[in-house]
Amino acid sequence: MELFLIAHIAGRGVAIPADQVASVVDIGDVVAVPRAEPSVRGLAALRSRVVTVIDTGTALGLAPTPDAARRAVITQVDGHHYAILVDSLEDVAPFERLPLSSGLALNHGWASAATGLVERDGEPLLVLDLATILPVSAVQSAA
Amino acid sequence: MTVPTTRFGARMDDLLQDFIAETRETLEALSGEIVAWEAAPDDRARLDAIFRFVHTVKGSCGFLDLPRLGRLSHAAEDVLMAVREGKRVPDTALVDAVLAIVDRIGDLVEAIDGGMALDDSSEDLLIAALAPDAAPATQSAHVAVRTASRSVRLNVDLLDRMMSGMSDMVLARNELARRLRDTEGDPHVEAALERLSLTVADMRDTVTRTRMQKIEALFSALPRMVRDTAAELGKTVSLTIEGSDVELDREMIELIRDPLAHIIRNSVDHGIETPADRLAAGKPASGRLLVSARQAGNQILVEIEDDGRGIDVERIVAKAREHRLRTDAQIAAMDDAARLDLIFEAGLSSRDAVTAISGRGVGMDVVRANIEQTGGRIALTNQPGKGLRIVIHVPLTLSILSTIIVGVGTQRFALARQSIEEIVKVRGDQVRIDAIGDAVAVSVRGRRMPLVSLGALFGLGIGDPSTLVIVSTREGDYALGVDDVLDTEELVVKPASPQVMATGVYAGQTLPDSGLPMLLLDGAGIAAAAGLRFAPITIADTVDAEDVVPGVAALLFEDLDGHRRVLALAVIDRVEPVPTASICWSAGAMRLAVGEAIIPLHMVGDLADRTEVAVLRLTDGDSEMAYAIAEAIEIVTLPAHIAPARGTGPIAGVVMIAGEQVEVVDPYALFASEPVRPASRPVCLLHSDGSGWMETFLTPALEASGYRCVTRLGVDETAAIVLAMEDASIEPRVAPVVTLRRNRTGAGADDGSIYRYDRPALIEEIARRMMADPVVPPVCMAWPTTTAIGGRG
Repeated sequence: MELFLIAHIAGRGVAIPADQVASVVDIGDVVAVPRAEPSVRGLAALRSRVVTVIDTGTALGLAPTPDAARRAVITQVDGHHYAILVDSLEDVAPFERLPLSSGLALNHGWASAATGLVERDGEPLLVLDLATILPVSAVQSAA
Repeated sequence: MTVPTTRFGARMDDLLQDFIAETRETLEALSGEIVAWEAAPDDRARLDAIFRFVHTVKGSCGFLDLPRLGRLSHAAEDVLMAVREGKRVPDTALVDAVLAIVDRIGDLVEAIDGGMALDDSSEDLLIAALAPDAAPATQSAHVAVRTASRSVRLNVDLLDRMMSGMSDMVLARNELARRLRDTEGDPHVEAALERLSLTVADMRDTVTRTRMQKIEALFSALPRMVRDTAAELGKTVSLTIEGSDVELDREMIELIRDPLAHIIRNSVDHGIETPADRLAAGKPASGRLLVSARQAGNQILVEIEDDGRGIDVERIVAKAREHRLRTDAQIAAMDDAARLDLIFEAGLSSRDAVTAISGRGVGMDVVRANIEQTGGRIALTNQPGKGLRIVIHVPLTLSILSTIIVGVGTQRFALARQSIEEIVKVRGDQVRIDAIGDAVAVSVRGRRMPLVSLGALFGLGIGDPSTLVIVSTREGDYALGVDDVLDTEELVVKPASPQVMATGVYAGQTLPDSGLPMLLLDGAGIAAAAGLRFAPITIADTVDAEDVVPGVAALLFEDLDGHRRVLALAVIDRVEPVPTASICWSAGAMRLAVGEAIIPLHMVGDLADRTEVAVLRLTDGDSEMAYAIAEAIEIVTLPAHIAPARGTGPIAGVVMIAGEQVEVVDPYALFASEPVRPASRPVCLLHSDGSGWMETFLTPALEASGYRCVTRLGVDETAAIVLAMEDASIEPRVAPVVTLRRNRTGAGADDGSIYRYDRPALIEEIARRMMADPVVPPVCMAWPTTTAIGGRG
């Protein structure tokens, strides 16, 4: 059994492995980053730290997450902090990680971001790897 | 800090303290390794750790002049090297002997710190014990001397936590201020908040400063190190240091200290040849070493460039083969860069000779490891026979940058101040914006450069930029159009996430006091994103630099006699038209009246029937004169060749300018032949009574009236007037004396003294006495009654 944070992204329930979640916050004002990928919503201050805010909807190739969305999951990837915007959060609970069912045709960003399934009361939820939601940049792929 | 010669002792002291603290710390960290090595003498990693320690100690000793420590560490290093090379087996006797030396190094360091003498009789025994067939050395008793340290070494993590706590505090203060603004203000609360804000700002500065250091802290030790190293080797090396004021995180400075020292010693030892070899190779006898630091984007670059023999790549490759670090097939597959990189392999050396300076080229593996530890990298540019350039790149992480904040649309960005040449408003006639094809160029005072509108580039603004920031990059300069320049701020810049850096236009991110994140713009990145192409600038070879004499700028003008002449631009203060009525022949010379002052005028030819004439106002820094001309033509660069003039006079020679012979006016002769009256103000000598009243009260009042107040005369100064209190005795009189009295009413009618607070009377009296009693230059001057005024011979 593994701990997962259950969240709603783009209207769908997902399970985020709890070890990827640094904290869950409501972010403040977001400063735009001109010329960055559309999925980079901007920068926000989180205590004394600057986090890069990810428009999760756009990153998954779906409708952009509304500007009003403030709730975010903070994750740390390669020493940088990211705020992954979510629609809403439920609780943290242990689940059994299952492989993606064969024949499940995932589109958009779901295909690369989903790494498995969990079943909550019979409802299957995709396990989302937060690092793969981040837009892959030239810098990152070179590193 | 600014006067290296007088501070040198103190600096050496600092360096010694650093060395002691560092050695002590390494020893503590090493104690585990030592025990582990004792248990398993074949463990290569432990061996390397101990080797690195003695190697570092040896390096520092050479510089700090600690010969005993140097001898011990060198001996231990030799043995460990032999073990590394497989020439010796690390048996118990050897391990014991090395450990005895490591212990001894620790004792000596403590003794140095405590300022105590430590008997050196047993050191020969310790060294002898390292020999293959030596009897076990007798352990000397440990000397437990620990003195209270004058400084504390802090873990950088702690500073980091302090810094981040500080930022949180700033944000909390800001939030508090916001909340208070929304409520009815209680003045007491506001005053308390004000005090809190000041304290927080102060504290933030202090905490910030604890992390930052000028790279000078690193560079200041280099001249001595290079000199000593070179002297030991019988070489001469001229060292040039640039960019000492680049600020760097303290941690970074510590991390690159050793690598830099190793690289420089290697350069002097292995790179730069002996004077005889250099002459034979057609180079100047003295080697050149350039050490420079600069910031490029989000990195600090430290460059070490020598003009020595470079790296003999073939020899390194041969060594790698010999040591079986690479197979023949692997070597065959390597390109030149990969072969050069072999220098970074542990245990490889480019030289066979062992020297006390840099050992065997050992250290390059350590150097690279240390630099990579900072998240930096090291790059080599090898020119066999010509020199080697090593560039250390270290990240700008946590560096404090002096920035300006620019506004575009609703957003703000920071821009590093060092990349900014100037800021101009678009309004006004100095600036003209032209469309050239589909590009936009701007002319600022006649200088044309491309214009990049930040608003357009970032899709943030539609309006035309109102302010231009002239940004200078390595490739060229351009004007960055913004809506506004808002502020200057010192910022802690951190690297932004890869997704943000991928845009190529940012150098990092920061969290200013406003609590809103801000991006630091990368000037060069913006130029690239805007598609600017600069003509490649040829960078002059440093070796040739001294042969190239920069041209002297000069003003070409038509003189009153119709001839064209040139005069060096540096002596010309300005050109201005004056009415000929203000020029007259008086007291044996031509003079020009300028306001209340009279300055000498040089004139060739006559004024004829002009009513106005242009004059060049010349200055040598102290005195002024004028040179009447017919017309200024243009600014030219003087050719290097000047045909000397015959005879003496204010003409230095003749040059060819645009196919015409032009006389060069000699400013030296102009100033030397004219009895020039200094442009400086009359000197008022305050005969100080030691109470400080004269200096404090009189100086501002008199300076405002055009005098210069001194309490003692400089070597070439003459007092125009002396001011003294009524009870002072002044002999001899070097100038007219005005006496001041303390009481409002004088002792008698013919007293002649002035009440000291009667300013109009005082000023008038000074002027009157100066006129009535002109200065007689003193032959000799001595002040028997006072010590505040120095003598003059």
